[in-house]
Amino acid sequence: MSNEQGHNGDRYGDMFTRLNAANEGAFVPFVMLGDPDIATSLEILKALVEGGADALELGIPYSDPIADGPTIQQASIRALSHKIHPSDCFEVIRQFREIYPDTPIGLLLYSNLVIKPGLEKFYDDAANAGVDSILIADVPLRESERFVDIATKTGVKQILIAPPNASDETLAEIGKKSQGYTYLLGRAGVTGAETAATIPASELIAKLTQYKVAPPLLGFGISKPEQVKEAISAGAAGAISGSATVNIIAENLSQPEVMLSKLRDFVSAMKQATKK
Amino acid sequence: MNHLESKFGQFGGMYVPELLIPALDQLEQAFIDAQNDPEFQKEFIELLTDYAGRPTAMTLSRNLVSNPNVKLYLKREDLLHGGAHKTNQVLGQALLTKRMGKTEVIAETGAGQHGVATALACALLGLKARIYMGAKDVERQAPNVFRMRLMGAEVIPVNAGSGTLKDAVNEAMRDWSATYDKAHYLLGTAAGPHPFPTIVREFHRMIGEETRAQIMAKEGRLPDAVVACVGGGSNAIGMFADFIDEPSVQLIGVEPAGKGLHTAEHGAAIGKGTTGILHGAYSYIMQDEDGQIEESYSVSAGLDYPAVGPQHAHLSDIGRATYTAVTDDEALYAFQLLSRKEGIIPALESSHALAHALNMADEAEDGTIIVVNLSGRGDKDLAHVHSILGGETNE
Repeated sequence: MSNEQGHNGDRYGDMFTRLNAANEGAFVPFVMLGDPDIATSLEILKALVEGGADALELGIPYSDPIADGPTIQQASIRALSHKIHPSDCFEVIRQFREIYPDTPIGLLLYSNLVIKPGLEKFYDDAANAGVDSILIADVPLRESERFVDIATKTGVKQILIAPPNASDETLAEIGKKSQGYTYLLGRAGVTGAETAATIPASELIAKLTQYKVAPPLLGFGISKPEQVKEAISAGAAGAISGSATVNIIAENLSQPEVMLSKLRDFVSAMKQATKK
Repeated sequence: MNHLESKFGQFGGMYVPELLIPALDQLEQAFIDAQNDPEFQKEFIELLTDYAGRPTAMTLSRNLVSNPNVKLYLKREDLLHGGAHKTNQVLGQALLTKRMGKTEVIAETGAGQHGVATALACALLGLKARIYMGAKDVERQAPNVFRMRLMGAEVIPVNAGSGTLKDAVNEAMRDWSATYDKAHYLLGTAAGPHPFPTIVREFHRMIGEETRAQIMAKEGRLPDAVVACVGGGSNAIGMFADFIDEPSVQLIGVEPAGKGLHTAEHGAAIGKGTTGILHGAYSYIMQDEDGQIEESYSVSAGLDYPAVGPQHAHLSDIGRATYTAVTDDEALYAFQLLSRKEGIIPALESSHALAHALNMADEAEDGTIIVVNLSGRGDKDLAHVHSILGGETNE
């Protein structure tokens, strides 16, 4: 590992190398940290990896999530009702990291949670907890410079979003700045399993390849193994599934053991579909 | 790339999902083109004049100020069609919607004034309006909900979060991120991501321009101060815009102090807030130590918003404008005083500005001229104020 990669190394790079050798794509579930509570949250992360998740995408609960549909809004509300702070979320990650040192961990959150403590402190705290990447839902390329700068300094990878309506200029810029992976939006709108991703995204993926962006993972509206398979056939390096994963938590709040078992089964089925 | 400046000093910007950037860029370009298009300007001015009733009057108060050598003028936006200044910029943005070839309009509303203005403009111009309103506000503002529906708008109650204005904005932005191809998000105040703060200011700047012309005609000089209430800050920026480069004119914004700035129940984002991002702009906002947005409070729904437009944040930081705050009780007193002394029932929002202007007038030197922006009329507040006063009015 070179120093440039920070003290967390290059877990995404290692993951893609391993998956390429095995001829597989990545499956990355998203859940909200602290949902439904801190103790269960750690058990959920473990269950996701036991089910076969290649990496984890994790939210920090926020009061005003403008890019999220009802499912993930509710996850934030559940966590915030237990007075979950970002510091609690970092603690869950730290504990997870002790058990799973190699699983790439990405944060997906909103800008004000980063701005309030100060960029440097937030990225430092994230790096110290064992976070590999940060994606800020409401920071477009145009506002990303100071975030990318701090990311570079702290060895955290700044993940950028490639939406289906992006101009060539935007894609070229993402190509220059993206690290770790590129979050490819499967469709317009907000997060949610109700509206399916509009696959094939092959045209956009071809363009992304042309602009040499970091490996694209397709997200938004991915809830079924068939969609994972299609995403990978279309050229994506893998798929991210948030609302479908969070729905399993929401539907089994009163029976945590069933919840964990269903999460393992769901991830396992989705992971199976990544095999080419 | 932006063609207009997207920030005011350190404030403003475009903190939105990448998905919305093309729609905001399209809007910026349409606005620039429209500002340079005589046909667009002609239609906008015709609507303002013949439909909305501009220019609005400026009234010298006869009985409010005890010192006969101090003059307090009221800029009468309460006389505008729709009952508040809101109609100005809504007509402008509705014309922009048509210019962009879009057929649908999304809007958020708190008290319902922006929703009513949006509904009327969409009825007039043949646009399909859907208006997000917090579920609590839908209950509290039943007459405005009926007005909107009467004019053909769909009103969608928002249950998420606190069920008030900020949640309605969230929901409108979510809708827009799926429908930007055919829908315009007609944001209702001088906040939100660029280019909204600039567009809303420019489509309200006639408030200050008319004030200048009217005061020059009556007094032969500029006023010493202009005073306006600030929630998001649209009527205030409309009043201030033409005076920013006139250092002799004090610009004074009045935020809602609710039950007092020493309590948690207020909406003074500049007075008591800290810097952060809400609804796409970096500005002063009300938040906790983690950056979670806090609920604001004011007796006046139109000022009940936990952020403020970014240009106000900047004007405050550079010291060009001064922001102060007025409590519910002070605003309610001014509400009754204007009704009793001048026969004008003001909106509770505008009553905040009036309350502060009255304090200024009491302490002013002889010869002082103050203009207060009476941004809206109080009809919408009658039931609410009646329930608070319980039939008792102050003499």
